[in-house]
Amino acid sequence: MNEIILIKNGELALKGLNRRSFEETLAKNIQAAAAPCGGVKVWRSQSTMFVTPLDGTDIEEAVDAITKVFGIAALSRAAEVPKDMGEICPSVCQYLRDDLNDAKTFKVNAKRADKKFPLKSPEICAAVGEYILREFPHLTVDVHEPDLIVTVEIRDTSAYIHRQPIKGAGGLPVGTGGRACVMISGGIDSPVASWMMAKRGLQLSAVNFASPPYTSLRAEEKVKDLLTKVAEWSGEIRLHIVPFTEIQEAIRDYCPEDMLTVIMRRYMIKIAQIIARQDGALALISGESVGQVASQTLRALECTDAAADMPILRPVIGMDKEEIVTIARRIDTFDISIQPFEDCCTVFTPKHPKTRPVLEKIIQAEKALERDEINVSAMIEKAVRDTRLTVITPER
Amino acid sequence: MQEPIEIYLDNSATTKPCPESVAAANEMMLRFWGNPSSTHAKGNEAAMKIKEARRAIASAVSASPEEIFFTSGGTEANNIAVFGAAAKNRRIGKRIVTSAIEHSSVLDSVSELEKQGFEVIRVPVDSHGSLSPEAVEKAINADTILVTMMLVNNEVGSILPVEAAIRAARRNAPKAILHCDCVQAFGKLPISVKKLGADMITLSAHKIHAIKGVGALYKRKGLTLPSLTHGGHQEESFRPGTEAAPLIAAFGAATAIACEREGLNARYERIRQLRDYAVDRLRQLEGIVINSPENALPYIVNFSTCRVKAETMLNYLSERGIYVSGGSACAKGEPSHVIKALRLPRDAADSAIRVSFCGSSTAEEVDALIHAVSDGLGRLAHFN
Repeated sequence: MNEIILIKNGELALKGLNRRSFEETLAKNIQAAAAPCGGVKVWRSQSTMFVTPLDGTDIEEAVDAITKVFGIAALSRAAEVPKDMGEICPSVCQYLRDDLNDAKTFKVNAKRADKKFPLKSPEICAAVGEYILREFPHLTVDVHEPDLIVTVEIRDTSAYIHRQPIKGAGGLPVGTGGRACVMISGGIDSPVASWMMAKRGLQLSAVNFASPPYTSLRAEEKVKDLLTKVAEWSGEIRLHIVPFTEIQEAIRDYCPEDMLTVIMRRYMIKIAQIIARQDGALALISGESVGQVASQTLRALECTDAAADMPILRPVIGMDKEEIVTIARRIDTFDISIQPFEDCCTVFTPKHPKTRPVLEKIIQAEKALERDEINVSAMIEKAVRDTRLTVITPER
Repeated sequence: MQEPIEIYLDNSATTKPCPESVAAANEMMLRFWGNPSSTHAKGNEAAMKIKEARRAIASAVSASPEEIFFTSGGTEANNIAVFGAAAKNRRIGKRIVTSAIEHSSVLDSVSELEKQGFEVIRVPVDSHGSLSPEAVEKAINADTILVTMMLVNNEVGSILPVEAAIRAARRNAPKAILHCDCVQAFGKLPISVKKLGADMITLSAHKIHAIKGVGALYKRKGLTLPSLTHGGHQEESFRPGTEAAPLIAAFGAATAIACEREGLNARYERIRQLRDYAVDRLRQLEGIVINSPENALPYIVNFSTCRVKAETMLNYLSERGIYVSGGSACAKGEPSHVIKALRLPRDAADSAIRVSFCGSSTAEEVDALIHAVSDGLGRLAHFN
């Protein structure tokens, strides 16, 4: 009895003409996710995706890896058996023996994709149900709230037996929506924001601003650790680390203290944009949430947005901290995020930042940096030039 | 830009293993790799090496070899001592007396005992980390079952009044068990368990140029304690588990060198002069405050710039190949419990830096440090 994995892709089914390319991307992503545990073959038939583990692949590990692939609504481990009731009934009892033993109630579901199969769906259910009741006399049938749902699918080449499916990661396959670049500092919010956009099918790049000696190598390691967790879901992430000390010190030296944070964020966006474009990204991703800190008021967001000429995606903008933390715990980034290393956002934090900065005044203040003797444009060019690239891959 | 030097002034965190201890460990791995419990010749030769190391460590603190129990390090030895003493004496009384600036392996252990119903007195310190002997004596009443106090504090270098505490305990609470964490003092001050009068002392290997992963508990003959782990008969079943033979051999080799009395004294004198020089030069920098007390162990100097955040200064020095510590290597992010216990003004607490010397530290290294700190004060962002 062969064991395979059946994939149910959720929103994918809606995507009309693009469907084929979406499915191809999903198949590729499934293969990549399962590669570390031995590899799988992915094939399609009658609008279902089948995953066959290669020899030596641990199916349990493969299922685990595939539950983190976006674009999958649900998946089932299934036994593949010949299309013959004489084979199907005993196979059901053998394959689902532990589940049948543990359950008190069950029902049988039949799907008959092969309309030439001699029994109709209700007849299959009845036959399999009767057989199960004979073999497991402690069970009773409950069609409303059974402990176990036994599904038998009759398809072109074989029949498939499985229990209730496992929930998939949902969303859209990574790579079907283009690339975006997340601005990541090391806090709780930006890894969650990256994960949420990967879930909508975006490939990820990341920009981190390093300000040694105000930030340490550990802070950089922390960002890499965070992205490694996100990469389990999103696949490879290209991380660009920008040396930012010089610019940050210039802002501190030549701009009013209460505007430091907003001006710093505007320069971060300007630099991130250049790097994002070079990397083929069409948008930035940020972990801002309205009202969370001084730089995240609507006035402040107006100022930072004005520095951008590509969209800034802010998926956690309307979320409470608690909701963000729930996701951070789910994707395992929370415990890393709370490690206490100074990051680029907390350096030079003014005592009383402006919560309602006015864009014209900010732009006026930035003029001090544009003077020839400071030449912030040259600093930006240098920062971009000296940016280091690290490719983050999921750990397994 | 990056200078090719490496100046290591963080010897209270750990020390560079000396060639002798590395050679001893190597020999155990390449040649005497038998299980010391095996009765055949291969096991026996390993057992002999462990015996040799045990003897070296015992002799360094004027104890008998059978009073030395090897552990995985200072933390485990402190745990065995604190929990063992509490378990043994729990019917006699419930007070545990300690200081506010112990290592976290003691403080966290007594906090756990506090949850179990013991009364814990943490004697406070002054702004230099010194304890008044009177305060300690007052804390020790007849209900006291355990006094655990470090000899030298690891962050400011203050020397604690352990002998006074022990005298008071003998007087007020004859049944109290007396434990002294000697991790920072070992190899730097002459230690005699007889003179100190403690029932137990804790030692660690990697602070004296041996290897991480091994330490020892001295436990006075005649004192029986319940053991925390159960298993084989090793270390008299008090701390079972196959001995970490390579680490133990390295510990023995390093101890012989570090505790040789003449060398220890000469080194102490040299480091005292170096410390005085360092403090002088630090005081010439504007605004610097020395947090260590005047009579501190000279191997440790703690100071505050009061202007630049400790983490920033640390990173800045690190970029220049100069390694020191902020507060304590075990506590990042906010001031350590020791710095907090000093109740320094906020700016001083946030900028506290620890410099810790070893026998090979030089005036040139101090010069380089001072130069870099001074540079840093000029270039780095100050508190606003």
